[in-house]
Amino acid sequence: MSVEAREARQPWILLSPALTAVALLLFVPLLFIVVYSFWLRTATGADEVGFFLDNWQEALTDAFYRDILLNTLKIAAITTLVCALMGYPAAYFIARSKGNKAILLLLLMLPFWISYIIRTMSWINILGVSGALNTALLSVGVIDEPIQMLYNETTVILGLVHFLLPFMVLNVFVSLDGIDTNLEDAANSLGATRWQAFTNVTLPLSLPGLAAGGLLCFVLGAGTYITPLVLGGPTDAMFANLVFEAIITQLNWPLGSALSLMLLVVLGALVLIYNRYLGMAQLMKGLG
Amino acid sequence: MGWNLVRIWTILVYTFMFLPVAVVVLLSFNASQFGSFPMTGLSFRWFVELAQNEAILRAFRTSIVLGLLTAAISTTLGVLASLALVRYRVPGSNVISTLLIAPILVPEVVLAVALLLFLNFLQINKSFTLLLLGHVIFTLPFVILVVQARLVSIKRDVEEAAMSLGASPRQTFFQITLPLMLPAVLAGALFAFTISFDDITGTLFWKPGGVETVPTQIFAMLRNSISPEINALGTVMIIMTVGLPLLGLAIARQVAKKSGT
Repeated sequence: MSVEAREARQPWILLSPALTAVALLLFVPLLFIVVYSFWLRTATGADEVGFFLDNWQEALTDAFYRDILLNTLKIAAITTLVCALMGYPAAYFIARSKGNKAILLLLLMLPFWISYIIRTMSWINILGVSGALNTALLSVGVIDEPIQMLYNETTVILGLVHFLLPFMVLNVFVSLDGIDTNLEDAANSLGATRWQAFTNVTLPLSLPGLAAGGLLCFVLGAGTYITPLVLGGPTDAMFANLVFEAIITQLNWPLGSALSLMLLVVLGALVLIYNRYLGMAQLMKGLG
Repeated sequence: MGWNLVRIWTILVYTFMFLPVAVVVLLSFNASQFGSFPMTGLSFRWFVELAQNEAILRAFRTSIVLGLLTAAISTTLGVLASLALVRYRVPGSNVISTLLIAPILVPEVVLAVALLLFLNFLQINKSFTLLLLGHVIFTLPFVILVVQARLVSIKRDVEEAAMSLGASPRQTFFQITLPLMLPAVLAGALFAFTISFDDITGTLFWKPGGVETVPTQIFAMLRNSISPEINALGTVMIIMTVGLPLLGLAIARQVAKKSGT
C-alpha cells in the first residue's frame, strides 16, 4: 500500500471504534424502536410482530397523552424562561467582573459535578414538612403547624430551574465573554446611556448564547422524569414519566417505543430548528 | 446603581444554587434522630451508620466499578476519535462530529429505551453489561468534546521534530504525543467517571433488579422518607465528585509549577 493510502486510512481506523459504538448503541437501536412501535403487546405478554397502528393511534389520539405532552412543554417553557431571567444578569456580572472572575466561574462549574439526584432531593430539606422553611416559620410564629409546600407543579419547576440554571448561565457567559467591551464604550462615547448601550449592542450580540442555553434548558427539562418523581405530586407526571411507566411498570414495550419516538420527534424538531438558524457550534462552545 | 443591582442579583443566584446543597451537608452532621430541623448538635453517627449499611456499600462498589470501566472504555474510544478529528483532514468531519455527539442530542430517556429494547432483542437482558454499554455511549460525546478542545492546543512541531530526529511514528506517539496528551486524557476520563457515577435517568432503565448504583440507591431510599442517612450519603457523594476533582486540579497545578511548565 502506498504511503498516501495509509495516511488516508489512518483517521478512519482511529474513528471506527467510536463510530461503531454510536451506530450500534444509538442509531440502530433508534431504528429498532421505530419498527418495534408497530408491533403489538398481546395479553399473554408476548409481542406480536407485524405492522399494527394501534400504539400510534393510542399515543396520538388519546387526550391523556396529549394533555401530558402539552403540560410537559409548558413546564419546560416556564423553566427556560425563569432560567433566562435568573441567569442572564448573573452571567453578565461574571463576564464583566474584574477581580473574582475565576472563582465565580469555578463556583459556576461546581453544580455540574454535584449529583442531580442530590440537588433535586436537597429541596426536601428546605421545603419539606420538617424542612428549614417550615421550622423557621414555626419558630417565628407565622404559622401554627407545618404547611405542605412540596409535591406540586411549582416545586417540579423549582427543581428543574435549580438543575438547569448553570447550563443557562454558562452559555450566556460564553457568549458575553466573547463580546468586545470596546463596543459598549464606543456606544457610550456616541451618546448612548449605559442601558441603551446594553439593549442595543450587548444584548443582541449575546442572543446566540441565550438561545443555546434556552435550548439546553428546554430539551433537558422536557425530557426528565426524575424531578417529577421526587418533587412532584401524583398528578404532576411529565411525558418521560409515561415512557418510564410504559416500559418499566407496564412492560408494554411497543407502546413505550411509540411514546419515546413522540418525545424524540418533538424535542428533535427543536434541535433541528436551532441547528438550521444558529448551528451547533454555539452549543458546543458552552459544552466544551 | 445598576451594577450593584446586578451584583446583588448574582449573589442571590449563587445562594439559590448552593444553599440547598449546603443544607444537605449541614444536616448530615445532625445529631437529632429524625435528620431534620431543628438541629440538636453535631455528630458523625449517620456516617457511621452509612459505613455499616451493606446495601449502600454494595451500591458504592457497583458505582465505582461501573464508573472506572466506563471511563476506561469511553476515554479510549473518545481519544482515538478526537485524534482523528483534530490531527487529520477527514472528509465530512462536520457530519462525523455531529454523529459522535448525537448521544447527547437525543433525550436520555429515548436513548435509554432504544438501547434497552434493542439489546434485549439481541438477548442481552438487563445486566451489568447493558448498564456499562449505556454509560459508555452516554459519556462518549462529553469525552470527545473535552479531549478535542484540549488536543487542539498541542503543537505538531514537537512531534515533527522527534520524527526528523529519527523516532518512528510509534516511538513518537508513546514518547511525545501521549505524555503531552495526558492532561486531556485524564480530564476526559474524570469527566466520564463523574457522569457515570451521577447518572440516574438511563441507569433506572438499564439496571437489573436488585442491583443499585449510588444514585438509584438514594432514589429508592427517598421513597420511604428522607432519612439523615441520605444526607450523609449525599455529603459523601459531593466529596467524591467535587472534592476529588478539585484536589486533582490542585495537585496538577503543583506538579506543573515544580516542572516549570
